[in-house]
This record gives sequence, C-alpha cells and structure tokens, in this order.
Amino acid sequence: MYRAGESGKFLRRRLVGGASVALAATLAFLSVGILFLIVGHVIVNGVASLNADFFTKIPKPYGEAGGGIANAIMGTVIMTLLAAVIAIPFGVGTAIYIIEFGRGRFASAVRFAVELLAELPSIVVGVFIWALVVRNFGGYSGIAGSLALSVIMIPIIARSVEEILRLVPDSLREAALALGTPKWKVVIFIVIPTVLPSIFTGIMLAVARAAGETAPLLLTALGNSFFNFDLRKPMAAMPLQIYTYAVSPYDDWHNKAWASTLVLIAIVGILSGAVKFYTRRWKHESH
Amino acid sequence: MSRITKLWQGASKAADPSDRRFAAFVAAMSAVVILLVIGFVVLLTIDSMPSIRKFGFGFLTGSVWNPVETELNHVNFGTLPFIFGTIVTSIIALVIATPLALGSAIFVSEYAPSWLGGPVSFIIELLVAIPSVAYGIWGLFVLVPFMRGSVEPFLQTVLRHVPILGSLVAGPPMGQDLLTGGVILSIMILPTILSLSREIIAQVPRLQKEGMLALGATKWEVLSQAILPYARGGIIGAAMLGLARAIGETMAVTMVIGNSSRKISASLFTPGYTIASAIANQFTEADSAMYFSAIVELGLVLLLVASVFNVTSRLLVSRLVARKEGADV
Repeated sequence: MYRAGESGKFLRRRLVGGASVALAATLAFLSVGILFLIVGHVIVNGVASLNADFFTKIPKPYGEAGGGIANAIMGTVIMTLLAAVIAIPFGVGTAIYIIEFGRGRFASAVRFAVELLAELPSIVVGVFIWALVVRNFGGYSGIAGSLALSVIMIPIIARSVEEILRLVPDSLREAALALGTPKWKVVIFIVIPTVLPSIFTGIMLAVARAAGETAPLLLTALGNSFFNFDLRKPMAAMPLQIYTYAVSPYDDWHNKAWASTLVLIAIVGILSGAVKFYTRRWKHESH
Repeated sequence: MSRITKLWQGASKAADPSDRRFAAFVAAMSAVVILLVIGFVVLLTIDSMPSIRKFGFGFLTGSVWNPVETELNHVNFGTLPFIFGTIVTSIIALVIATPLALGSAIFVSEYAPSWLGGPVSFIIELLVAIPSVAYGIWGLFVLVPFMRGSVEPFLQTVLRHVPILGSLVAGPPMGQDLLTGGVILSIMILPTILSLSREIIAQVPRLQKEGMLALGATKWEVLSQAILPYARGGIIGAAMLGLARAIGETMAVTMVIGNSSRKISASLFTPGYTIASAIANQFTEADSAMYFSAIVELGLVLLLVASVFNVTSRLLVSRLVARKEGADV
C-alpha cells in the first residue's frame, strides 16, 4: 500500500525517466536527420547536372554550356593512388613494428607519433608540404599533392592495420614459432595472410579519406582546368574543383559543384561505408 | 598486455640474423613516423623564425593584419582576430555538438534496443566519411541562407533585449558569419564525440548498472548516478577531441565564415576568419618572405594548439579505459 506522497514521488521518478528517454531519442534522431538532410540536398541538387559529358569532358570556360570534370576525376585518382603507394609500406611497417616488436621507449614514441599525426589538422599537413616542397622545388605540383595525401594516409593505415593485427590470436604465432619458424616468416607468411582482406579494407578506408581531402591539396596541387598527367605541374582534383565552382558567382558552376559533390560522396561513401560494415562484421565474428 | 605478447615481442633478441634484419627494417619504417612529427615541428619553426623574431608575442596579441607595405600602414602580422574567430566558432561547435552527441550516445548504448541502436550509431558515424568540402557546399548554399533568413532574425527577436546576450546578436544577420561557422563545425565534430562517448559508456562496469536497477532505480537514475559520474572524465576527453578537430577544420569553415572582416566584435553575426581559414585564403598571396613566414607561423600555432587538446583528450580517455582493464584482472 502506497501512501499518497510516495506514489506521487514514484510517478515523478517514472516521468523523469520517461522524459530522459524521449530527450535522448529526440537528440539521436536529430543527429541522424542531419545526415539525411545533407545527403538529400546533395542528391537532389547534384543529380540534374550529371550526364556523360560530366565524366568525360574537361571544364569549359564560363559562358559556354557543357563540359565536365574528367580532369579532376583523373587527378584525384592519380594523386590518391600514388599517395597510397608511398604510404602503404610506412603505414603497414609501423603497424607491424608496434604489434610484433613494440617494446620499450622507441615503441612508445612511435605510438605517440602515430596518434599525433592522425589528429593533425589537414591544413597543417598542407602548410608543411607547401613550405618543404612547393616553396623549394618548382612550385605547385601533383607530386606535392601526393606527398601531402600520403602524410595523411600513413597514420590512418598504421592505426587500422595495428587494430587488425591485434585480432590475430597469439596461439597462431606460438604454433608457428614452436615449429622453429623464424619470426619474420611467421609475420609475413602466417600473420599477414590471415588478415590480408582486412588490411586491404583498412587501406581502402585511408584512400577514401584522402580522396576527399581538400585543404592539403589546395596548398600543394593547387588545381588545373585542363588534363595534366605531368606530376611536376599543378594538378586538378575533385575536392578542389568543387571548392572553385562553389565559391564562384555563376549558377551553372554551382550546379556542377553539387554534381561533383554527389560523385565524390558516392565514391567516398560507398568505399568507407562498405569497409565499415565489413570490418564490423569481421570483428564481431572473430570475438 | 598479456605475458605471451611480451614474450613474442621480445622473441627477436634470441633469434637468428634474418629476424634481426626484419626487426630493423620495420623499426626503420616506423621511425619515419617519428621523423615526420619532428620534421613538422622543426621545419615550421625554422620557416616561421623571421616572423617570430620580428613580431614576437605581438603576432598573437596584435589585431592588425596588413601584408602590404604602404606609406601609412607598415607591414604587420597580428593574428588576434583569427585566434578570436577560432575560439568563438569552436566554442559554438562544442556547445551545440556535445549535448547532441552525448544524448545520441546515451540513446544508442543505453535506451535503444540493439536492432535500432546499431544502425543509428552507424548512420551518425557515417557523417565522418563526408568530405569537408561537401559540408562546405551544403553550408554555403543551404545553411547560410537558412541562418540568414530564419535562425538569425529569430535569435535577434528573442535575445535583443536580454542584457548580455543581446550584444551577441547585434547587427544585420549576414548568414556568412561566425555563428554559421560554429554550426557547420558542430555537425562535423558530432560523430567524433558520439563514437568516443559511446565507447566510454560501454566501459562502465555492468555490475554498477545492474546493482542500481536491482535497487529499483529508473533508467534515468542509473544514467545520472552510475553511468555519467563514472564516464565524466572520458566524456570531457571526447569533447576535447571534438574541440581539437574543430580548431583544425578548414574547408567547410572557410566557405561559410565570410572571410572579410578583420575586426573583433561581440556579435556572432560578424564575418570573420579562423586561423585555418586565414591560411587557406591567403597562402597564394604570400609573395614576400615575411608574409610566407607569417602564414607558416599560423600553421605552427594550429599544430601546437590542436596537439595539446588531442594529447589532453587521450590522457582523459585512456585513464578511464586503463582503469577498466585493471578492474578485469
């Protein structure tokens, strides 16, 4: 039997509890709503300007209709791939060192450096390459852009590969070691092949991230309105093209900026969405 | 770290030469990461030396940014307006994003059934994958007109006669201003704070929660008296990581913050600069050695400030996670 005062208190507690659930749910759906709002706007505004020319032609000067962003797509592909080629050995090597050998002061320093690099504002990476390469060696270039992107990719690859190597059971290493296998053979022929698909997805995540970077490219690759396959010259990239079009005063260019954003988000989103889904499932199964 | 792992990591010491060579090789690869960090600090410091020598602390406290020498105005690089812009936008971002992220984190990890919580946090974390420039274009063409047309006039009518808050909303609503910069940043750091908070809330010992539930506590009481006190340090750490990201974020802010006014004013409706957007806007104009040096020094300031927040955040978060690991043994 409740007295009146107690049941009132009980009711109030229930109400506060219910209100907190409602509040948290509202905040969560507001956050989800933001994503749909942004992606929705990009799709609605971008889809109208997509056509075959958009993917195959280079930008036309203002006033002429048509044209596309083929050079920017090309530039992004070239610079991102080159950056990946530069970054993969360092990123994977660092992860192997941390997991398979990491003891003592040097290892803690490596871990700390990876953390610092990973959270470095990307424009600072741009300033670094700008001061190091652009100001000293022949100005803005595709190679400077690639270097900037590779600096961004190294800590991302190192972190994700580190996490993946951590999931390899120790019993596997011990079993191989017990058979008299040298440690380097254990790492290269046993540990790495076991998780090769996940390492690949980790690298794709870094590629996706680098493909969307704008600020570091602005200070290094600068952008270009024409096809350019010469890495020593300024190079176009999709994020740079979006920026240039978006801040221009022309409506036609604004539409192209939306369309380019749609293409970029589609590439980056599919890449990283698939990776996230895949690794999540993988982690889940291995636990 | 388990005993086996320690044995395994040390195994190369006793092993044959090929193992030592392999160890040396991967150590060399990882040394590059350390060299990069040292290189960043050293190169940026060397290149900003001319500016540091000439302006000293005036670089941080002066408010006149005048890169071109004229008869009346001498060249001067004072970055206080940029620093002010960075602080204001980051605070706005934090004030908006932290409750949203924390509420969402609590919802997905405590309140929502798992079939709902999983997808919801997956979707919110996808916000990380959206490139900065995409936020920029959305901010420029959707958020800016909305802020100018609806949000800012509304804030003005509500707050105009409130003593201190009134000065925050003075002047004509511009759309491209500090407030919009802060709002776009808040969206961008939301997933960072969310995923870290979620991880921290997951560290709260189950026993504490179940103990309270067994005593008849409501979910809110469990949350406010068991979960939040335990997770407080970590959640502050999560917010600080968000802050570090907000400080360094460039493109989206550059596109919505206005980049025109260099004066410091109390109104959030003033167009401004952040340190990052100042770099992005001005590096092409750096024709003189001093101008170049000043922009590199801006980069150095950004590097140091973002790293300090990042390291502090890691300390706060890792202390909590370490405590949990200790409790398991």
